[in-house]
Amino acid sequence: MTEVTQVERVDQVERVGQAGRACCALAPQARRRGYSGFMPAVVLTVNGTPRTVEVEPDTKLLWVLREALNLTGAKYGCGEGQCGACTVLVDGQAVRSCTTRASLIANRRIETIEGLAGKTLHPVQQAFLDQEALQCGYCTTGMVMAAVGLLRATPSPTDAEIAKALNHNLCRCGTYLRILAAVRQASLSARSGR
Amino acid sequence: MTVEVERYELVEDPRYRFAFDRRDFIKTLGGGLLVLLVTPRLEGQESGRARGSDDRLPVDVNAWLHIADTGAVTAFTGKVEVGQNIRTSLTQAVAEELHVPLESISLVMGDTSRVPFDMGTFGSRTTPTMNLQLRRAAAAARHALTTRAAERWQVTADGIDVVDGRVIHKASSRSAALGELLSGPPLVATVTDDVTLASPSAWRVAGRPIPKVEGRAFVTGTHEYTSDIRRPGMGHGRVIRPPTYGATIASVDSSAAEARPGVTVVRDGDFLGVVADTTEGAARAADLVNVTWTGGGSQSSKTLFDDLKSTAEPAGGQGRFHLGDVDTALASASRRFDASYRVAYIAHCPLEPRAAVAEWTGSDLAVWTGTQRPFGVKGELAEAFHLPPERVRVMMPDTGSGYGGKHTGEAAIEAARLARGARRPVSLVWTRHEELTWAYFRPAGVIDVRAAVDASGTITAWEFHNYNSGPSGIRSPYEIANQRIEFHGAKSPLRQGSYRGLAATANHFAREVHMDEMAAALGVDPLTFRRKHLRDERIAGVLDAATTTFRWDLRKRARGRGYGLACGTEKGGYVATCAEVLIDGRDVRVTRVAAAFECGAIVNPDGLKNQVEGAVVQGLGGALFEAIAFEGGRIVNGRFADYRVPRFLDVPAIDTVLVNRQDLPSAGAGETPIVGIAPAIANAIFDATGVRLRALPLVPEGLPVASSSASADKGTTPPAAPRRRP
Repeated sequence: MTEVTQVERVDQVERVGQAGRACCALAPQARRRGYSGFMPAVVLTVNGTPRTVEVEPDTKLLWVLREALNLTGAKYGCGEGQCGACTVLVDGQAVRSCTTRASLIANRRIETIEGLAGKTLHPVQQAFLDQEALQCGYCTTGMVMAAVGLLRATPSPTDAEIAKALNHNLCRCGTYLRILAAVRQASLSARSGR
Repeated sequence: MTVEVERYELVEDPRYRFAFDRRDFIKTLGGGLLVLLVTPRLEGQESGRARGSDDRLPVDVNAWLHIADTGAVTAFTGKVEVGQNIRTSLTQAVAEELHVPLESISLVMGDTSRVPFDMGTFGSRTTPTMNLQLRRAAAAARHALTTRAAERWQVTADGIDVVDGRVIHKASSRSAALGELLSGPPLVATVTDDVTLASPSAWRVAGRPIPKVEGRAFVTGTHEYTSDIRRPGMGHGRVIRPPTYGATIASVDSSAAEARPGVTVVRDGDFLGVVADTTEGAARAADLVNVTWTGGGSQSSKTLFDDLKSTAEPAGGQGRFHLGDVDTALASASRRFDASYRVAYIAHCPLEPRAAVAEWTGSDLAVWTGTQRPFGVKGELAEAFHLPPERVRVMMPDTGSGYGGKHTGEAAIEAARLARGARRPVSLVWTRHEELTWAYFRPAGVIDVRAAVDASGTITAWEFHNYNSGPSGIRSPYEIANQRIEFHGAKSPLRQGSYRGLAATANHFAREVHMDEMAAALGVDPLTFRRKHLRDERIAGVLDAATTTFRWDLRKRARGRGYGLACGTEKGGYVATCAEVLIDGRDVRVTRVAAAFECGAIVNPDGLKNQVEGAVVQGLGGALFEAIAFEGGRIVNGRFADYRVPRFLDVPAIDTVLVNRQDLPSAGAGETPIVGIAPAIANAIFDATGVRLRALPLVPEGLPVASSSASADKGTTPPAAPRRRP
């Protein structure tokens, strides 16, 4: 049995990804015996780039992002899908990456906070800064992703719709009213084409 | 193994503090200007307990500031950022006095090898102490710069100033960048605390709503919290906890776990944990370790309040205040109001759980961890591993909040123990369940109040006993001729420690509900009743501000709607809170809040407003539904699914009023705004329903049904008849 270190795995992932194996959910040649028999390699499309990672069947997306792909913007807050600190988008919809099995979302479009800003900040990120909608910031990346998901589905949400959509994202510092204002601002700026 | 945090903010001075060697700093920092702020002693006491040690060396360097010959300004402080936004407010302080742009300043915070000793970040002390100290250091730096410019330019220093990062002599039209003046040998300035500072009314950068510095890193996810730190070869740890408090290991079979590649099992006495390549790998390996535990506690929240009363100690000096003759005044009163109040244990629930990354290099230990006391944790590590302190370095990345919950170094010690066992750096992030079980809690408590009122409606006697929850905010701001106020320690069945505002929340709850009860019984508006007994103009000021904004006088009686208010002072801050509730069946919603806060001269109005709003929202949880439940020596609601904290849909409209007193020194604001919300809500519920609730949380399962509400009311005052506005 060969032990593959984290670093080696990621290297391999990059190579496989670049070799254009994006369409394969499972890359059989990359299979190797792991803890529970097979450690299948799954191709995840993260921020537009196919990444091949080895996962156990129940491996959660959050840990793939954070530890295999070193995308640490999604945070661990509870591991039970209750706090939203780990929120990312899958096919444009906000999901809790801490309870989402990586093996079940192969070939689907995963967006994380790292892929959100281009040369300028995404309007939601800018609005969070403008409204100072954070204190410690630990909930912020999940909040931003949840808000982006909401605004894609509902470009002009009412306050009640915002509160309902973000109700499963916790901000223990209590900046909810500012987050509400930020989502409102982002909605307005998107519609005014800013 | 860990140094148990004591009941209150609890800090001891280190036994020795040695003079430091200036040359070391020059070596580290290179050339430029180094300013050392030296004061004969730290100002006042850091928190509730007097600091009695007399072996303190007479001179402490409390802060320093360095200007490199590139013009980069770095301030060094042992205070840490946990969301209270002091990285911003302290940067403003430096910019204000040094006259340089905010962007040219960076702060090194909470790195025990790079910053001066600091007790920790708690007690709302950063603004009154560190803000002032950095302002002094910056003012001294500016003085040193203008002095050097005067020498170089052969002019008098009083015509020279620093403007927007350039040293300028107007008369001769000469100017230089900071760095240009600092070429050559290092310049060291030592200043005492008698430097002249800009007065708040003349502030240009301080006093303004400067956005969070480094805010962009937080909204883009690039900020590295402790749990985001990666070290070469690092493993991920998991501690295996006993099923009940105090249980010890009878036997361990770790062979199945150790058969997994990359897994190390570490046992040291009753400490047991695993290290694996990934977080999930560590969790799976931990599941494979077969442990038999023995013994353990049988604590139960069912008997909590009886337990606290039965184990209460005689009152000590903390919080003690005696005035006049309470017993006679109580005995001769025309009306008596006696009641008992209770507060539950609650959890801080910082969204970033306790976490640490530990790395050994030989017998040197480096730990990154989210703590409010980096130097305290350094001491805990040195003690736990029998290391000389100079071999331990603690670094504190800006952390995902603390609220008083991150004073201790459990995660740091555990990560270091795992790292030593696994011979690799280890990242340990507590699970939410661990966070809700193995962290310390805000103390539970019982508060007994006896009060008397004379025929004119004046309070004549006030007797107030707090059991276990703490002495913070225990003194009444109301003028009462006869008082007996005491705090009694008790045997806490759970581990307890600091929480935002400490016991001031519990003490304000009991006091302000009791005030409301007396006002209602006398048929006096609760605002009028408070004003009648208040002499403190600062409390009166916030009371006016909050009630004006809330339109207290215009509140309308409507079915299911109720209004309450509360006020108080603690840690140099003054708060008044008004709340409106809407009752629908057993459902209680807080619909509107006005909170007025005054803490002297405001350093950053938007940061302050954010703190006040946040305190109100966090306070809603402890007021309405948060309570740690335990049975048979274990926590039974240790998950977010079971332990409810405030969410979007719980949040009322909040009007925040900041009272800016530029004539008064700035006090901290992270804590005190939380103390008014619970009593204001309790009083509003009474206003709406006639049900007097005396326990926090007030409505964990909704409004009590009629029969239980009667038993919940243990006071002497019968529920009031339908009330009329005075």
